[in-house]
Amino acid sequence: MEEKNGCITQILGKQSISFAYPVYVQGCAAIVGKKEGEGPLGRHFDEVEEDDKFGQKTWEEAESVMQRKTASMAVGKAGLQMDDIRMIFAGDLLAQSIASSFGIGGLDCPLYGLFGACSTMGESLALASMAVAGGYGEYVLAVTSSHFATAEKEFRFPLGYGNQRPLSASWTVTASGACVVGNKKGKVKITGVTTGKVTDYGLKDSQNMGACMAPAACNTIVQHLKDFGRKPEDYDKIITGDLGYVGQQILLDLLEKEGYPSAKVHEDCGILIYDRETQDTHSGGSGCGCSAAVLASYIIPKVACGDWKRVLFVPTGALMSKVSFYEGNSVPGIAQAVILENAESGNNRDR
Amino acid sequence: MAELKTEEEKKQYEAYVKEVTPTHCLPANMAKAFLVGGLICVLGQVILNWCQGMGMDEKTAGSWCSIILVFLSALATGLNLYPKLAKWGGAGTLVPITGFANSVAAPAVEYQKEGQVFGIGCKIFTIAGPVILYGIFFSWLLGVIYWIFTMVI
Repeated sequence: MEEKNGCITQILGKQSISFAYPVYVQGCAAIVGKKEGEGPLGRHFDEVEEDDKFGQKTWEEAESVMQRKTASMAVGKAGLQMDDIRMIFAGDLLAQSIASSFGIGGLDCPLYGLFGACSTMGESLALASMAVAGGYGEYVLAVTSSHFATAEKEFRFPLGYGNQRPLSASWTVTASGACVVGNKKGKVKITGVTTGKVTDYGLKDSQNMGACMAPAACNTIVQHLKDFGRKPEDYDKIITGDLGYVGQQILLDLLEKEGYPSAKVHEDCGILIYDRETQDTHSGGSGCGCSAAVLASYIIPKVACGDWKRVLFVPTGALMSKVSFYEGNSVPGIAQAVILENAESGNNRDR
Repeated sequence: MAELKTEEEKKQYEAYVKEVTPTHCLPANMAKAFLVGGLICVLGQVILNWCQGMGMDEKTAGSWCSIILVFLSALATGLNLYPKLAKWGGAGTLVPITGFANSVAAPAVEYQKEGQVFGIGCKIFTIAGPVILYGIFFSWLLGVIYWIFTMVI
């Protein structure tokens, strides 16, 4: 570690940060809808809500309530009070991020609202970790959510409209995931992040988001490995957000072409969360609640118990709106990478 | 921004994506559309014949047929049955008048929460709007052409 102007330099390579002192996961929680509860990860979630409206009048209110409940639950599981949280980084898929504004608003806690499409959990977790590493907060919360019904309304058709979804389409996950990070030692540590670039391969098909986002995931993963001087095998898992089956195949092809074959270590939250055969979800799950819920209920516990020593979490987002789509723009992607490590595993595999 | 520099590279990527993306089986989809669309039309014919059997003339019976089909479609939309039928039947549910009714009823249900004026009022025709606009426009255009035709001959 070198010092510059009295500060410890934590920057690494072109786009990465290697934290001088690890940031720890203090607690995390995931609340999901009925369909997600019936999926392969069903038993891992903290709460499965049978009523997709969460007892509210509108879908948007339902998503807000889900996000607020998840945030409170994560803080509780960290053994903290909401007062202990210095700031919250939150985001969702709705226009002007209303699910977060109205959801987190009720918590009376300082908020930074984010939009990174489905990559938002990576974005919020990276920023929360940076805030803790920089000494700007002892405990910081990262939370995101998505809801099938609000996303359909925002990006596609009213729910009652009859149409056929193409096989490349993904199913927006009804879920919220939250994670409190801080500097009190815990079982899982966050040791670094790589910030993604907007990546555009010119694809215009918003019903094939996996193909739109795969180049962004490839870009971030390759840059991450270069910055840290690592190989894919240095990770027990490299887990992308919601590329789905189509996107996974493209990502693996692209990584292979770049000279980083990762087929053995790659997983995708969108593939993990649903059973494609019985749940009719086509290419897999998507939405910023997808990677958030899988992170909080599956990835972090796996790292905490030592099954996985080091994981690269890479949520992916398709950056588009109805307007950009109808005006004929392409659908660019972005991916944010965060390293999660078992706190006991030591740094034997570090640089 | 990280992007592909040339149009050719973009086309190559698009072609590659097309290659690895699965699609619905077209002949099976067409068969299902034929079946579902055909059954909806048979239902229409049954209503039409029944109405005529009640002593209505052809025009009145036709109106009743449309009204009943539209009503059934709107009801099925509200009960969340039409989307399920459409998922299986594809274009077979889109082309008959029931598809049009579904495209009007679905936004009405969805946007009701945003109010009578800005919700239902503004958004009820978000899907059906283009059909109505261009339907009227082209019938007007054809009318003009027909009128010119009759003037010449």
